[in-house]
This record gives sequence, C-alpha cells and structure tokens, in this order.
Amino acid sequence: MTSPSAVDDEARLLDGLRAGDEAAFRELVTAHGPMLMRLAMMHVPSRAVAEEVVQETWLAVLSGIDRFEGRSSLRTWLTSILLNTARTRGERERRTLPFSLLRRRGEEGRDEPAVPPARFQGRRGEQPGQWARPPLEWGPPEDWLEAEATRGVLLKAIASLAPRQRAVIALRDISGWSPEEVRNALDVSETNQRVLLHRARSKVRAELEKHFEAVKDGS
Amino acid sequence: MRASGEMTCKELVELVSDYLDGELPAADVVRFEAHLEECDGCTRYLEQMRETISALGHLPPESLSPEAERRMLAAFRDWRSQR
Repeated sequence: MTSPSAVDDEARLLDGLRAGDEAAFRELVTAHGPMLMRLAMMHVPSRAVAEEVVQETWLAVLSGIDRFEGRSSLRTWLTSILLNTARTRGERERRTLPFSLLRRRGEEGRDEPAVPPARFQGRRGEQPGQWARPPLEWGPPEDWLEAEATRGVLLKAIASLAPRQRAVIALRDISGWSPEEVRNALDVSETNQRVLLHRARSKVRAELEKHFEAVKDGS
Repeated sequence: MRASGEMTCKELVELVSDYLDGELPAADVVRFEAHLEECDGCTRYLEQMRETISALGHLPPESLSPEAERRMLAAFRDWRSQR
C-alpha cells in the first residue's frame, strides 16, 4: 500500500524529528494532521476537544519517538495513540455528551440484523425472507453524494455508532485503509473487523434511507 | 442460513459487505449473484451500500485551526529545548 519512496520519506522525517528539526515536524503534521483531526472529531464531542486530542497525540509521539522502531507504519502508530487519547478524553467528557452518543450496547453487533426483520416477509408470508418493504429509489448519486445535507447525515450516523464500529468504518471507508492496517492499528481480529464494518455500514445506509424518505415526505 | 439452494433477501443483506470486499466464498458469490438477477429490491440495496461507502470516501478532511497549530509548534519547541 505504501510505496518504497514514501517509506524512505517517512524514515527521513522521523530522523529529522529525532534531531529536533522543526521543518520535519511541520511536514509530518501537514501530512497526517487532517486524518487525525477527522478521526478525533468522530470520537469527542467538539472541535475544541478534538484539537486538544490531536495535540496530545503529537506530544505523545515526541516523547515516544526514541522508542518508535518503525515496525508498524507511522500512521498506524499515530492512530493508535490518537484513539487511546480520544477514548480517555471521551470518558472524561461523557457527562457532557448528547444521549445519542451514550448508547454502548452490542459493541460488535453480531446479533444485530443489517436490516430490521420487519422489512422482510415473515414465516407466514407468501415468500418468507423476501422483502416486504424493499428499499426505495435514492436518485442519482451526483445529486446528493457530496451535498452538505448528506455530510450532516453521515457525520451524525457515525457519531451514534458504538466506538469500535465507528473506529473501523472511519479507517476503512473514510480514510480508505486496508484491512491489515486497521487490524494493526485497532487490534481487532479479521472476523470482528468484518462484523463491525458491516454493522456500521448497514446503520449508515439506514440513516441515509431515513433522510431520503423524510425529504420525499416533506416535498 | 441454508447451506445450499436459494438465498433469501434477508440472508443477502447480511453478506453485502463481504461481497463488496471480495471476501465472500465462491459458492456464496454464485448464490448471491443468482439472487440479484431475480430481485430488484436487493439490486437496489447493494447499489445503496456501494453509494454509502462512496459517500463516506467523499467526506472532506478536517484541519487544525491556526491557533491550535501555533500551540503545537510551541509545544514542539518546548520538547526540543528539553532534549
């Protein structure tokens, strides 16, 4: 996934950082900052707290730089630190979190169906297990994929996921990481990762569906 | 889930991620695609999951405020001076 020259570049920047080179620090912050900030914002209640989490992450990187052996990639290491920091902060701030973020049931969601059972025909239906209420048309993606309203729905949907589902979908689908990288950064087995990702995607799709149905009803 | 035979819609929706990520065993891919050919609801469901993933990939990156960046550089200089 990472090209050899990117690996060399990373090694060069880390050497610079160890030597106290401010330009190297700035370059690393520019390269990884947006990813860290987006992840942080998904795990804590405000932008201000997210910025503190990102800053704490970089401080932890600086104090741990001499111990970093480069066995994992830098961004895997950064992400583990960030998620730990965000988790600690999240726990401290929990009292101030909106109720929707407090739901912590069924972390992996192994038993949660992707689609509510009521959407399918029951055992006495004409065709049990087939759609009773199939999904409706969403319209051409170019009309909504990058719309502001869609972004709002997506961010809210992600915020209401269980923390591990949120972390997996953020890295896989938002940041585009490979399953291997996610496994290294989050320490989840391959099977759990697949379950977490599928539950998370199913819930986000359901929120988009709710949004489109509300838009249709309103128009 | 039935080991062989026709897949129901209720079964299919549980396999969509594995199908899209290429992690579904070959025998299940055959059943999955056979079902899709007959089912508009599931074809649309699959499309919506694809679009959901694509929309997530289009979320814009976030950036630090200039103020936070300044604080971080100050922290870096502190760290450097103590090394």
